[in-house]
Amino acid sequence: MQGDDQDLRTQDLPQVLVIKPPPLLTLFEDKFMSSKFQLLKAWESTLPLDQFLTTYAGSVRAVLCSGASPITLDIIRLLPSLQLVVTASAGTNHIDLNECRRLGIAVANTAGVFSDDGADAAVGLLIDVLRKISAADRFVRHGLWPSKGDYPLGSKLGGKRVGIVGLGDIGLAVAKRLEAFGCTILYNSRKQKPYVPYPFYTNVHELAADSDALIICCALTAETRHMINREVMLALGKQGIIINIARGAIIDEKEMVECLVKGEIGGAGLDVFENEPNVPKELCELDNVVLSPHRVVFTAEGFIAACELVVGNLEAFFSDKPLLSLVIDE
Amino acid sequence: MDYHQKQQSPSQTLPPDHLLPVLVIRSPSMPPFFFFKSHLQAHFHLLDPLDASEPAHSFISRHAPSVLALLCVGNTPVSSETLSLLPSLKLVVASSAGMDHIDLQECRRRGISVTTAGHIFSEDVADFAVGLLIDVLRRLSAGDKYVRSALWVAKGPYPLGLKLGGKRVGIVGLGRIGSEVAKRLLAFGCNIAYYSRKEKPYVQYPYYATVTDLSTNSDALILCCSLTKETHHIINRNVMEALGKEGVIINIGRGALIDEKELVNFLVQGRIGGAGLDVYENEPSVPQQLFAMDNVVLAPHAAVYTPESLEALQELVVGNLKAFFSNEPLLSPARLE
Repeated sequence: MQGDDQDLRTQDLPQVLVIKPPPLLTLFEDKFMSSKFQLLKAWESTLPLDQFLTTYAGSVRAVLCSGASPITLDIIRLLPSLQLVVTASAGTNHIDLNECRRLGIAVANTAGVFSDDGADAAVGLLIDVLRKISAADRFVRHGLWPSKGDYPLGSKLGGKRVGIVGLGDIGLAVAKRLEAFGCTILYNSRKQKPYVPYPFYTNVHELAADSDALIICCALTAETRHMINREVMLALGKQGIIINIARGAIIDEKEMVECLVKGEIGGAGLDVFENEPNVPKELCELDNVVLSPHRVVFTAEGFIAACELVVGNLEAFFSDKPLLSLVIDE
Repeated sequence: MDYHQKQQSPSQTLPPDHLLPVLVIRSPSMPPFFFFKSHLQAHFHLLDPLDASEPAHSFISRHAPSVLALLCVGNTPVSSETLSLLPSLKLVVASSAGMDHIDLQECRRRGISVTTAGHIFSEDVADFAVGLLIDVLRRLSAGDKYVRSALWVAKGPYPLGLKLGGKRVGIVGLGRIGSEVAKRLLAFGCNIAYYSRKEKPYVQYPYYATVTDLSTNSDALILCCSLTKETHHIINRNVMEALGKEGVIINIGRGALIDEKELVNFLVQGRIGGAGLDVYENEPSVPQQLFAMDNVVLAPHAAVYTPESLEALQELVVGNLKAFFSNEPLLSPARLE
């Protein structure tokens, strides 16, 4: 009967393990329907995770994850058939890449999908901080314009020296935009990039010393954790601005708060924090800071493109075709 | 500026009481604009009615015979009445981006030269316009407020904003400011089209002969034109209907370019998508209904001002006055049509 056939067909589809649903899946579940795979939803089970995995995930070859569900050594050990980890994010710091490499497990992410939107957000944050747009908006909404007169001046964007930390897709997109505003672009990356016209700095400290603003666009790794520390911030200086659209932990947040409160740096535009959704109270009281709830880099269009890329990677894998966005460690 | 290198003009070598007089027209509410007063006083004898004990009218009349030049600070009106008190006047030096507060027709009739602020503010204004657009599309200020109100912890994720890349942006008035805005938005992958009084030759962006046509074909409008009789309320109900429910308006020109009452209605009723405003019909008064809206960003006429542009303005103002008194070509003469 037709029903049985359908069940058989469903049972035939290879399973993709999902431990906890990535935000993308929650928002756009219908985009994850595929004729090539079905989802094994661990979070819907009442069993403790390791028991669930041992019972049901023995033959699972692919897992779909995000920052909300790290793929640790322990989890990998419970998935003897695992060959692919697809993360619904550009970041991969929540995946034990070393273990994946050791076992020949491929990793795919959504790099490139958010580059333009991320760059737009970074520039928007920089303009906001420099020209005090959000602070001025608060000033007007509190009815202060008639009584207090003009709002304090911002600072000109054109001619500023902007140091990009991490010149990947997003960093390059930021550079292209800021050039149109008349900014001078400098950068630091793990390695110098050939064919790029911008001056390269071997370390972040020197970059900061030569910059009016830093824009953090790099991945979070063991090397970049707390890379923006007190020394870097002091080198950036009292007029210096930090924009972070990457990961909160790239900046030593406690030090940054202190530098901002004491006026050792000029301001900050932050979309990410070390312990989201918790944001240091001191930041919420500063006018030279713009805060975004890990949101300004995203758009609905970007999310949909990310869904398509995630599904595309999974379908390619199950069709024995090359992955669309394989993560290659440099 | 060249004037440092030219031969010393008379005003630089004369002792203070022989400095050439310049009448200053300013309103009391503008102290920040007058930051370059001390610099001017080094070169000219400033006649400021607001510093005098007598009424302005009589102060001006008393000094009128010797007043050849007038400095207009910010948007202080220079009306035909003021001009009629100054029979010897030959030059009006403006110090703001807009010129709609000066009776240019009367100046032309009397043969009075006028100098503008040139293109000093253009880049800063363009930067601000782009900042407002990103802010409205991505709810940057609203998201900031969400975080500061501890709602991120209490309520969870904030709604997604809209993409900028690929948006059709209609520039109303493709002068210097409009061109700078267009140049920046191209780098974000926007599609630019424009409306102007006349089509501009050698411009690669599509031209629309009416603002309504431009609006029909745009996702966002950026108002970059000057305020004249023709452009008063150029953004009216029809234009906003044409722009549509997702449409965004950014105004860094003059408040009266938009029918503000209609704009508020459209926003309140959700008939347009959002607005970023730096100027209003009756500053510093801002329609209160806008205060509660997340898709609106409000600035207090701040787009022009950065310390850098004010510094450049100071040089330009002094430069124009010196050129005038030395009988040399003015640095930034207005074309009085």
